[in-house]
Amino acid sequence: MDIDNFLNQHENKGLLRFLTSGSVDDGKSTLIGRLLYDSKMIYEDQLAKLKEESKKSGNKDVKQIDYSLLLDGLKAEREQGITIDVAYRYFSTPNRKFIIADTPGHEQYTRNMATGASTADLAIILIDARKGVITQTRRHAFIISLLGIKHVIVAVNKMDLVDYNEQNFLDIMQEFNQFTEQLDLQHKYFIPVSALKGDNVVDRSDQTGWYQGLTLLETLESVNVTNARNFRDFRFPVQWVNRPNLDFRGFSGTIVSGVVKQGDAMMALPSRRTSRVARIVTADGDLAEAFAPQAVTLVLEDEIDISSGEMLVHASNVPAVANSFEAYVVWMDEKELKPADTFLIRHAGRTTRARIDTLKYQVDVNTLQKGKTGALRLNEIGNVNISTTRPLFFDPYSKNRETGSFVLIDPVTNKTAAAGMIVEALFDDHATGFAESEERRLESQVEKREFLWDTGMVTPLDRARRNHHRGKTVLLTGAAGTRKREVAKKLEKRLFDSNLQAYYLGAGNVQSGLDYDIPQDFATRDEHVRRLGELARIITDSGQIFITIDDGVGDYDIEKLKRLCYPNELFVVTVGESFFKDFEADVHLQEQSLENAVEEIMQILSENSIIPEYCI
Amino acid sequence: MTQYNLSQLRQLEAESIHILRDAVSQFENPVMLYSIGKDSSVMVRLAQKAFYPGRVPFNLLHINSTWKFREMIEFRDAFCAEQNLELLVHYNKEGFEAKVNPFDYGSRKYTDIMKTQALLQALNIGRYDCAFGGARRDEEKSRAKERIYSFRDQHHQWDPKNQRPELWGHYNGKINPGESVRCFPISNWTELDVWQYIRLEGIPIVPLYFAKERPVVQRDGQWIMVDDDRMRLNEGETPQNRMVRFRTLGCYPLTGAVESEADTIEKIVAEMMETRESERSTRVIDHDGDSSMEQKKREGYF
Repeated sequence: MDIDNFLNQHENKGLLRFLTSGSVDDGKSTLIGRLLYDSKMIYEDQLAKLKEESKKSGNKDVKQIDYSLLLDGLKAEREQGITIDVAYRYFSTPNRKFIIADTPGHEQYTRNMATGASTADLAIILIDARKGVITQTRRHAFIISLLGIKHVIVAVNKMDLVDYNEQNFLDIMQEFNQFTEQLDLQHKYFIPVSALKGDNVVDRSDQTGWYQGLTLLETLESVNVTNARNFRDFRFPVQWVNRPNLDFRGFSGTIVSGVVKQGDAMMALPSRRTSRVARIVTADGDLAEAFAPQAVTLVLEDEIDISSGEMLVHASNVPAVANSFEAYVVWMDEKELKPADTFLIRHAGRTTRARIDTLKYQVDVNTLQKGKTGALRLNEIGNVNISTTRPLFFDPYSKNRETGSFVLIDPVTNKTAAAGMIVEALFDDHATGFAESEERRLESQVEKREFLWDTGMVTPLDRARRNHHRGKTVLLTGAAGTRKREVAKKLEKRLFDSNLQAYYLGAGNVQSGLDYDIPQDFATRDEHVRRLGELARIITDSGQIFITIDDGVGDYDIEKLKRLCYPNELFVVTVGESFFKDFEADVHLQEQSLENAVEEIMQILSENSIIPEYCI
Repeated sequence: MTQYNLSQLRQLEAESIHILRDAVSQFENPVMLYSIGKDSSVMVRLAQKAFYPGRVPFNLLHINSTWKFREMIEFRDAFCAEQNLELLVHYNKEGFEAKVNPFDYGSRKYTDIMKTQALLQALNIGRYDCAFGGARRDEEKSRAKERIYSFRDQHHQWDPKNQRPELWGHYNGKINPGESVRCFPISNWTELDVWQYIRLEGIPIVPLYFAKERPVVQRDGQWIMVDDDRMRLNEGETPQNRMVRFRTLGCYPLTGAVESEADTIEKIVAEMMETRESERSTRVIDHDGDSSMEQKKREGYF
């Protein structure tokens, strides 16, 4: 090809940053090695060295090149035979340039994966076709969704070892889809590959005639990732005030999201002073319009005092300006995080002090269950409330990766202790004072609610006398796929036929109604639980026995529901296996013997004087 | 497709400018290590763009091993004068007076004294808390994991186990007095990107990168240029004129030339795509042992 054209083409290529994750033996290194080799990014001298080293490290098959040696950079790691950090690789095709963040799949290295994922637009999850979806797959998928990656390629590797069996591939696909239902992974691409043999990596395999989709490289080349970028909200953290002489005063920074045009109305934060964009300056000349991620210098029409670390935004579209917010943190330090610890926080080009007000819960990355904890240890993920000494200007991470993210720095060791993703700003009650714990915060909120509760002329006692029972919530929970719904409906009917006030609410009814405005995923689960709790409080106040179902309720959720139901009680029935660790449910039902389930529940309701004995 | 697409090269440029500005906002006394090579030339251009129309708000520092190619020094002085850049030069005086050279001391010891030690002296004298370097992650295996902000202790040492995770564009520049950070703004560029950018921006580079007839001798499979009369010839070695160019520039007795006809950037890139030898293969010090670059990094070398 003509070299001039080649260079012009290279200059104008798009860029895709992606993350690769997998377990040690998934063949991840082999896959990357093959991408690099087939796209001619491994040079002859590196290859010669590699062959020599493959022999040295005692690899079984000397003729076969061990690509993983090419990728493992550091001596200590090489001796251990594992990659223990994030390594960046580069390759390009005629259409795109790629930057790979290569991260290990080891249990203790959640932090590395979060690091690699933070700058990636796409992730490749490798699954060994023989093993299917394993614990690590779940963990990786969760971290990828937590870090806001919208595109995921699921490469089912080692297809050669399962005879390129289609059913095998379909089963893995189904299993993966099932467990990622509650994760926010918008675009999933499943590809059967063999990294070792090269099937469907770069070239289409003739072994998988049943697969009609794109190869791995074709997918990487064609995925549109710019549509996941935020061009709506203009955010411009000022890094440097450019003042070479008295005639020029500009604010230099990177447009982290959004678009800006000459003449746009600007607001400076935190001063909230306004002006208009007079010029968008770059060394290559002024621009009429600039967009993320361009680095520019803005000149305003009016003299406004803005320093490094402050922010320029559109006057009509302002981010949250707050001292207190809720966030997920990935803990990365040996020293554990405890409530009331203080840190430096680095966010959108400014550093200030931060305090952990509340450690609300820890997330088990394998089961996605929330658990109560007094501390977060290395590689654990938790939800916290943080307050800062100076306000930050931010958006929720789900809307804006750049202004929704931060790192915490240990003020003594200066180590980067955590990566954080902001959920939302906290105002009024949340922000005033430091609540010792999430329980304490919820308790005071419920106290306040009860204190202000406006009761009609019919009291709960009046209702209980007429109904011969008190209002009460019966929650059925357990793994999905058990016959909870059937039991719940029969229970409602049984109670009703006994002249008791009972009401069954299907989980789907909440989803498509009350919860219509929030997605049914991990991130919004807390809000869903809050709504369900408040709803239970209202319905039980009307004297009803409120029967409902919620899958996957764990210790953290149940504590919260109990508090929200106060002063009425919550009666918990588990069907089959539940997610409870410490919490003891009132009734355990075996999946196999549900015939007598309703009578069992009735019996216990009666024993607990919830319903009169004669109803049995 | 959205209309807001930035080409990969412009994205890299924007990222580098972001890093340069970030470091200037976080550190009190940064300096840019200027090696005269093509990567340095690109880094200087990026700094000029980052602070335009202002001046680059830090000095350039060249560590002179005293064995650089003459053309490099000529280029350096002309380039800095023309671009109006503040240049500081440091060399290891003791080493120079003791006549430390690559022939008697061997490449390893010589590099330690005249490059690594010289660099550490200069950093101590200047009390810099941040030093920009033009290293790229695609150059060498151990660099693939290097951070953009690479933390160094009081002894300028790099500890692979004690590097800070880097997320999003939030770089942690917190250090105690005496400690420092090496900042690599072009970490994510590849060799091809560098050439492409030089071509696009018309950035001046040392003529040694272009093929020309030069006096060379064959030594250990490399063409070594006889740049001045300090070059010691082994028995049976006679300099011969050959069309050669250099893919990287360092100390002339330790930098191998490749035979080439490429006298334009386009031809260099064309050759690069064909030859399939990695850039650092012409560096003698890299072959000292499998982890030699990593070892040097631990000791404070770039």
